[in-house]
Amino acid sequence: MMQNLPLFVLVAPLLAALFVNVLGRLGRGWVAPLVLGSLAFSTLAAVGVLMRVLSEGTIRYTVGGWRPPYGIELVVDPLSALMLLLISAVALTASFSALPTVERELAGREHLFFTLYLILIAGLIGLAITGDAFNLYVLLEITSITSYGLIGMASGRAPLSSFTYIIMGSIGACFYLLGTGYLYLLTGTLNMSDIQAILPGLHGSFALATAFAFMLVGMWIKMAFFPLHGWLPNAYSLAPTGAALLMAPLMTKITIFLMIRVMFSIFTPEYVFLQHVGFQSGIVWAAAIGIVCASALALAQRELKRMLAYIIVAEVGYMVGGVWLANTQGMTGAILHIVNDALMTLCLFLAAAAIVYRTGNLQFESLRGLYRKMPVTMAAFTVGAFSMIGIPPTCGFFSKWYLIMGGIEAGQWGYVVALLFSSLVNAVLFFRLIEIAYFPAEAPAHGDGHHHEPPGQRQEAPWRLLHPLVLTAIALVVVGLSTGPLVDIIHLALPAGF
Amino acid sequence: MLSTTASFWPLAAILIPLLGAVPILLSDRRPNLRESWTLLAGLGLFAAVASMLPRILGGEELVFTIVEVLPAVPLQLRVDAFGLFFALVASFLWFFTSVYSIGYMRALQEHGQTRYYASFAVAIAATIGVAFSANLLTLYLFYELLSLSTYPLVTHEQNAQARASGRKYLTYILGTSIGLVLPAMLITYALAGTLDFAAGGILAGKASLPVVALLLGLYVLGFAKAGIMPMHAWLPAAMVAPTPVSSFLHGVAVVKVGVFSILRVIFDIFSPDLLRSFDLGTALTWFVAITIMAASLVALTQDNLKRRLAYSTVAQLSYMVLGAAMLSTAGMTGGMLHIAMHAFGKITLFFCAGAIYVASHKKYISEMDGLGRRMPITYLAFFLGALSIIGMPPLGGFISKWQLLIGALQSDQSGLVVVLLVSSMLNAAYFLPIIYRGFFAPTPEGEAATGLQEAPVFCLLPLAVTSLGSLALFFYPDLLLRLVQLAISR
Repeated sequence: MMQNLPLFVLVAPLLAALFVNVLGRLGRGWVAPLVLGSLAFSTLAAVGVLMRVLSEGTIRYTVGGWRPPYGIELVVDPLSALMLLLISAVALTASFSALPTVERELAGREHLFFTLYLILIAGLIGLAITGDAFNLYVLLEITSITSYGLIGMASGRAPLSSFTYIIMGSIGACFYLLGTGYLYLLTGTLNMSDIQAILPGLHGSFALATAFAFMLVGMWIKMAFFPLHGWLPNAYSLAPTGAALLMAPLMTKITIFLMIRVMFSIFTPEYVFLQHVGFQSGIVWAAAIGIVCASALALAQRELKRMLAYIIVAEVGYMVGGVWLANTQGMTGAILHIVNDALMTLCLFLAAAAIVYRTGNLQFESLRGLYRKMPVTMAAFTVGAFSMIGIPPTCGFFSKWYLIMGGIEAGQWGYVVALLFSSLVNAVLFFRLIEIAYFPAEAPAHGDGHHHEPPGQRQEAPWRLLHPLVLTAIALVVVGLSTGPLVDIIHLALPAGF
Repeated sequence: MLSTTASFWPLAAILIPLLGAVPILLSDRRPNLRESWTLLAGLGLFAAVASMLPRILGGEELVFTIVEVLPAVPLQLRVDAFGLFFALVASFLWFFTSVYSIGYMRALQEHGQTRYYASFAVAIAATIGVAFSANLLTLYLFYELLSLSTYPLVTHEQNAQARASGRKYLTYILGTSIGLVLPAMLITYALAGTLDFAAGGILAGKASLPVVALLLGLYVLGFAKAGIMPMHAWLPAAMVAPTPVSSFLHGVAVVKVGVFSILRVIFDIFSPDLLRSFDLGTALTWFVAITIMAASLVALTQDNLKRRLAYSTVAQLSYMVLGAAMLSTAGMTGGMLHIAMHAFGKITLFFCAGAIYVASHKKYISEMDGLGRRMPITYLAFFLGALSIIGMPPLGGFISKWQLLIGALQSDQSGLVVVLLVSSMLNAAYFLPIIYRGFFAPTPEGEAATGLQEAPVFCLLPLAVTSLGSLALFFYPDLLLRLVQLAISR
């Protein structure tokens, strides 16, 4: 029972997807309990997995009793256990808010939406724990294809943006698959630890370097690493609110995790950093340039979700750069930032969902006077914004701290400056919004010092949207203050060699 | 010898106003209840701070660790003599500012008063947090909290001018703290492996002259709340805020948090010895001397009373940094004492400016001819406050200026003596004409020449207290002096 725990995390949403599709046709009332119940179960099981991994070490699980390297192996090390918990907890929180928005935006198609939604979550969970390079490709495609479907469900230009995403996503997947093919030809195996054991004999092989490059670029396309980000802003801003709530916090972050997997569980730190010394610093520079450009692009947006989408692209640069700094601080920062960025993105998208529920759109002009209209939503939004800017004690500050420390230690001053620049740009971005939302739609009447309160038109979002939002905002501070213990876990989760 | 005791009181002192903001927000529709909470929090805070006084004077330090966040850098509070000195001044003046706020805000029937009182409570909590921080990270946290909680106060008017000022305020304050202090802090941490405030500093022997000079520059300009030129422009702009905000936050709390942070860094991160060995103290004195002279000259040209006071503040803040940068006992004593002396003087002047506005809706000095005859109490208090800033006996400002002069003489910086004296004359030149015009200039046509026209008693009482406080500090400076001596001798 206990050793099947990792599988339970994965199976719960998968089974629920089936039932949502079937039972959801019979009655809409089935959707919410199935979605929330399965994800709550996953989250609890993920807590159990994390505790077990922390006390007993890495769990290896052979599906169906087929022994590796032939069967598919699930590997739950501390890092994937952390990802499991992150995915299931974020998905659960997002679902509370996704349910009412989907009810409104896609009335009559809830069961279809949540079928894809749950399969996407199951795919993400599978990605976190798979120990097989080809299985990883399959799961990556499961998450991508469900995302294409979810995005395409919205009206207007959404199907078009979904199509762009399909093109880009498929190219990325092909690249990764090609790399895996090369590896299979070279090693004759697809099991990650098996490949890792065989590789040292192949160091210096040009084919191996090609495989590595293909896999890496494939990941970069999937994570929207600048300048391969073109598909992301449209896809995330035009998707149904409920889909964006799930994808924005998780998809790019999990792909960062996959990059770490490829770099250190298939390949080794020695291979990645020592065999290609020149590349390491080049990629950090690319990340730095990406951060600066994406931040600048964010400045040009006049719609909240699009702005957030460009911030996500910048944050991808943070994490890629952190991983490629090739030191403990940078790696710790990158993993910490996976967790923190998922939470802050969730917070901001939840706030956006609550706002769009009341105002109908997210153009900056529609946000005027929102502090008076939706004080709770805006308070939580402000916390999320502070975390993005990196103001202590919100969690965003602490991962940035580690990333910058890593940059200083590695002497990568371009990256350090890019991070500081991006923090400043984020400050401008969010305070511009705060200023718009803080000042009322019409300037208050100015007599000689006599002001009168405009009639209180509080119009807060419904509680189903508010509770997950407030909870996430509180979590940002709590996680920030728990950075110490969290980093202790992350130190266990660092790939061998750090 | 110093002994360190774990104690909950430092945290309690911060929590009282911070949590006080909650009932203030909840009593939105009941103003009397709401203001009672403010006053209660004010009394509670002052009592909590004062209760730590005997133990600090007895040579103890109180420590409370909130949480371990980064290796070797916990979020930690520590109350030492310097921190308590600042917290005492700030919490004492906050109570009277709250009283004054009631008079001012009600007389003008201001909007958004709940937001105003709640932000104010968070701001004072952050101020006390800065005073009690045990390391640079904790200080940075509260420093940022203060920046953010004062933004709604600066933009209180909610018109285009307030919006522009708020933008300027954040650009300067938040921009420098993220762009300059954060990297400085990270470099310090990378070099020293800690960010603790420790007597003797943490950088000694770990950094070369160019690095120390760079860091000092980043910190001095990065703590832009201290308003050292060219980082001063936010302060005159912030005068668009209601006058109680200008008086307390932009006369005492915010600006002195900037100075306090710079002094902390000079004393406990670099240490005077380190700066002396690199001869950076002298460079810093001359750098801030420019601000002293330039800001005083600009103050002369301002017709808007609050803006004149703001430029005067910019100049006076640099006195404090100047004293610390002299790196001598007398200089440091003067610099630290001036925090308190200037606080009492300047808050009085701002209170008076607000009282004048409440009673007559006048903002410009050129309109205030003959007003002193109708507002004798206010003008008398203004006179006392001005004398203290100028540095005349028998007012508190004389004591700190005297120490600064001794410090300048001791360090053989006769140039600085000239700066201090010329600046004092400039102070007199921009303050005394206001008083002269108030009492002796003829009343303009169409205004009542006689009869009392004072502000409400809630406004008058605080300005009477703080002006008499300035007077009392000349005769009884012992407590503050002892705290300062304790801070320097540790």
